[in-house]
Amino acid sequence: MHPVLPFTIAALLFGIGVYGVIVRRNAVLLLMAVELLLNAVNLVLVTADATIRSAVPHSGQSFTLFIIVLAAAEIGVGLALILQLYRLRRSVDVEDLPLTESSPDRDAEVAR
Amino acid sequence: MTAADVLLAALGAVALGAGLLVVTTRHVVRAGLWLVVTLGAVAGLYLVLSAELLAWVQVLLYVGAVVVLLLFAVMLTRAPIGASDDLDRVRWPGALIGAGAGAGLVALFADAFHWSRVGLPAPGTAEAIGGAVFRTWVLPFELVSVLLLAALVGAIVVSRPDISAGPRSDSRPDPRGR
Repeated sequence: MHPVLPFTIAALLFGIGVYGVIVRRNAVLLLMAVELLLNAVNLVLVTADATIRSAVPHSGQSFTLFIIVLAAAEIGVGLALILQLYRLRRSVDVEDLPLTESSPDRDAEVAR
Repeated sequence: MTAADVLLAALGAVALGAGLLVVTTRHVVRAGLWLVVTLGAVAGLYLVLSAELLAWVQVLLYVGAVVVLLLFAVMLTRAPIGASDDLDRVRWPGALIGAGAGAGLVALFADAFHWSRVGLPAPGTAEAIGGAVFRTWVLPFELVSVLLLAALVGAIVVSRPDISAGPRSDSRPDPRGR
C-alpha cells in the first residue's frame, strides 16, 4: 500500500471542507462541512496508524474512536443551538447572526 | 499498484466527488444525502486500511446518527425543498483558501512520504482496539464519557427555554401560562 494515496485523499477532503465552511451561509450546511473536516482528520489518523509503527499499537485508531465520539457530542449541541436560533429568528442564515449585543427591545420584538 | 491501492484510489474518488457535491449542491436535503455517500466511502477506506472496528463505528455513528440528526435539523428549520440560490456567499475567497489548504497539505504529505510502500498492519479488530483503549487510553476514554454527559445536559438546557437561566427569559411571560 502506498500511504501517500490516503494522505492525499484526506488533504483534498480537508480542502473541500474548508471551502464549505467559508462559503456556506445555511448553518446546517456549515455543520455538514465541519463533518467533512473531522472525517479528513480521522482519515489522516487511521493512515498514520497503518503507516508508522509506534510503540503503542493502534493508538491512531483509538484516537479516531475518541474523535468520532466528540463529533457526535458536537453535532448534538450544535443542532440544539441551531434549532434555538431558528426559534428566535426564523432563519438559520449565519449572515444574519448578530455579532454584537443588540438593544433589548428589538431583541424581544424579534423573539416574539 | 496493488489491489489495496486500486481500492483506495476508487473509494477516495467517490469520497472526494461526493464531498464536493456536499459543499456545492443547491438543494439542502441532497447535501445531507451526498454526505452519506462521502461518509460511507470513508468507512470503505477504513476497511482497506485494516481498521475494521472503526469502519463499523463510522457507519453506525456517522451515517446512522449524525446524518439523521442533520436531516432532522433540515426539516425542523423548514429548509426549502427545491433548489435555492441564497445558500452560498461569494465563492472565490472560499475556493482560494480551500484549494490553498488542500494543495499545501498534499505537498506536505507528498514531500514526507514520496511513493514509499508499507505493508498493511494487523487488523484493528474490536479485540485489538478494546485492548488499546482499556490498557493505554483509559483516562481519555473516561474524559470522553464525562464530555458526552456534559454535552447531553447542555443540549437539553439550550433547547428548553423555560429552564435556561437569563434575566430576559425570566421576565418574558411563559407561553404555557405557568
